[in-house]
Amino acid sequence: MSFVLSQEQRLLKQTAGDFVKSRSSLKRIRTLRDSADATGFSRDIWREMAELGWVGMLLPEDDGGSALGYMDLMMVMEELGRGLMPEPMLSTTLLGANAVLLGGSEAQRRELLPAIARGELLVALAYQEPSGRFDPHTVQTTAEPSGRGWKLRGEKCLVLDGHVADRILVSARTSGSIADRHGVTLFLIDPREHGVLVNRQMLVDSRIVASIRLSDVAVDESAIVGEPENGGNLLEAILDRATAGLCAEMLGAMSAAFEMTLEYLKTRKQFGVAIGTFQALKHRAAILYTEIELARSAVMGMNQALDEARPGASALVSVAKVSCSDAFLLAANEGVQMHGGIGMTDEHDIGFFLKRARAAEMTFGDAAWHRRRYAELEGY
Amino acid sequence: MREPLKSENDLCWGGKKREYPADVKRWLQVMAERGWTAPTWPECYGGGGLSKARAKVLAEEMARLGLRPALFGVALTMIGPLLLQEGSEEQKRRHIPAIVRGERLWCQGYSEPGAGSDLASLQTGAVADGDDFILNGQKIWTSLADKADWMFLLARTDPQAKKGEGITFLLMDMESAGVTVRPIKLIAGNSHFCETFFTDVRVPRENVVGRINGGWSIAKALLGFERSAIGGMFKKERPEGDPLVALARRYIDASEKEIGDPMVRDRITRIRMDQKRLEFTLARTAENAKAGHKPGPESSILKYYGSELNMRRQELIQSILGPHALGWSGEGVDPREVRMTKEWLRSRGNSIEGGTSEIQLNIIAKRVLGLPE
Ligand SMILES: Cc1cc2nc3c(=O)[nH]c(=O)nc-3n(C[C@H](O)[C@H](O)[C@H](O)COP(=O)(O)OP(=O)(O)OC[C@H]3O[C@@H](n4cnc5c(N)ncnc54)[C@H](O)[C@@H]3O)c2cc1C
Repeated sequence: MSFVLSQEQRLLKQTAGDFVKSRSSLKRIRTLRDSADATGFSRDIWREMAELGWVGMLLPEDDGGSALGYMDLMMVMEELGRGLMPEPMLSTTLLGANAVLLGGSEAQRRELLPAIARGELLVALAYQEPSGRFDPHTVQTTAEPSGRGWKLRGEKCLVLDGHVADRILVSARTSGSIADRHGVTLFLIDPREHGVLVNRQMLVDSRIVASIRLSDVAVDESAIVGEPENGGNLLEAILDRATAGLCAEMLGAMSAAFEMTLEYLKTRKQFGVAIGTFQALKHRAAILYTEIELARSAVMGMNQALDEARPGASALVSVAKVSCSDAFLLAANEGVQMHGGIGMTDEHDIGFFLKRARAAEMTFGDAAWHRRRYAELEGY
Repeated sequence: MREPLKSENDLCWGGKKREYPADVKRWLQVMAERGWTAPTWPECYGGGGLSKARAKVLAEEMARLGLRPALFGVALTMIGPLLLQEGSEEQKRRHIPAIVRGERLWCQGYSEPGAGSDLASLQTGAVADGDDFILNGQKIWTSLADKADWMFLLARTDPQAKKGEGITFLLMDMESAGVTVRPIKLIAGNSHFCETFFTDVRVPRENVVGRINGGWSIAKALLGFERSAIGGMFKKERPEGDPLVALARRYIDASEKEIGDPMVRDRITRIRMDQKRLEFTLARTAENAKAGHKPGPESSILKYYGSELNMRRQELIQSILGPHALGWSGEGVDPREVRMTKEWLRSRGNSIEGGTSEIQLNIIAKRVLGLPE
């Protein structure tokens, strides 16, 4: 166990922090939103991130990656989170690449992973369905045998970066009924394929997702990723890892929101004094700080467990996601409250953090969902 | 020494005034001979001389074997570390080996009736007289004063100086003439702390720790040790497993699967998750200290969060017990249930002792966040 950052990790964090500061700003995020930018992020920045080795960070060197772990990834994700960077790390690095890495055949790995690492290929994961809330096992989309392959039919929602993905992984039911763990298979499709309808949507935090309709999309055997019928377990493994990345991102974002608020407490004057002299606000700031530090410990503990492939890692992913969801929302809500009227304006940046807090909370399971999952994993 | 503890009374606090069972005494002796009651303290004062890393191995090994520590108390967690850091050579030689051997139980004479959170306003006075100070005044809430052999205390030695500037940190033998102790009954029914009165008590000058009138910085250093000690108390990875789930199965439903009451199940999960993050934070603090980094700001939250969490845990245990939480005495009342209820009552003091939660939040706001006064 080590909660002490290594020299390399501190350097990585520094590099990522400098990169975000020099290449992005909350103004850029605002412009992307206001100009209704079709992509929703910058392909140039994405290419640079790939050159820095971050996109393929988790991949083995043979696959074009840098073979780093989740504690290392945290250094980068946290800084990206501070800047609310919308570049497709979650979809491509954490969901897409992980799916291929954990489930892909030799051929799929060779074809996809190096291209992903180079920043040339965007891969999304379409697992959520309108009726399933957060449960990855609720799969109504079907895959029926047809000729030498399969025909996919159904609807997926909230597919992160699905509007620009070059490939989309789709979970589909090959046997069993709606919420069965067993009987789900993952397929890799090309969105240009006949029968795929990709509909671009913007979310409350101005990030872009897609809802996807599959109308008898024909794929062959080679599209299957991972063991047929056992896609449920693969999905859980992918989502655990993606949640780890998301948590680190949330940690950075909540820290930035907190610092912004702290600064305001020290500078805004009312009744002739800085509002940070009021004990009612001091105590709430101290409690918020405590929650953020505990969330940080939870994220670090989870990353160690993932890096060491410990058996209890999934439960710790839930601990971290609950911590981060609660602490980020608290930081954002308190942030708006402590800014007073200006905090409610679109002109002020704090609102961006509030919206991101809500969206991130609802991504990969909210706090209540993860508490229930934890209890199940722990057997009570 | 592998049996689970039944109550705080099974723990060995050392000292000459308390009687302990023969096996407890023997265990203390065996451990003290190796200096393993204070594994990281220097060997020249009787300590174990182990590095932090090796001490951790020892603690883990003992936990694995289900062995309990041979000695507890403020001597090990507070005054010992303070003397090692701030005491004179002669004070170290005189007190540290005796602490390692568990011969002296110490108590803390800080709080007074008029000086609690605002500790620096204390009024107990010490006037120089030849080689001695003469002490007059009163302390209150002094835990274990009736069992203690020695007390460390704060007294005002310069009444003219500003609040924090006229205070001296003293070590006092509880056998000194003029010391009287009166136990105070607590809401849990036992007497854990006392009022302590001083009437013309002579304390030799050599028992001053640090400078005369320079006691406030020493006092604060000790409070730092106290906060870590209290924060660390809630670490306990219980070898017998988390009792919450077992209690819920006993009192709510016996099923081996999902706990039937979803509200209780969710509250248990919240406590377990929060316990986990606290443990990670404690590990983080410890590892950062070991790596030679200054205690990071994360250590300041441990006292606050650890006590609040323990209090929430005790509340939940009461909810799980339901009507079984109410029995106090008489036939048919299960003593295990009474013990849990008393533990709940005791826990209400967690957010008061060692600086209240409000004061901890003040400290975080000021020292960590730099918010203006
Ligand atoms: C179980 C137990 C064991 C103890 N053992 C010892 C011991 O061994 N030795 C010893 O010296 N003392 C001991 N104490 C005393 C303890 O340190 C004091 O009770 C504590 O510091 C609070 O002081 P007080 O009781 O005078 O309360 P007060 O200071 O009067 O506080 C009353 C309330 O006002 C709040 N308050 C006070 N000041 C502020 C402020 N600036 N901002 C916001 N809120 C404020 C407090 O948080 C509290 O809620 C013990 C206490 C307990 C409960």
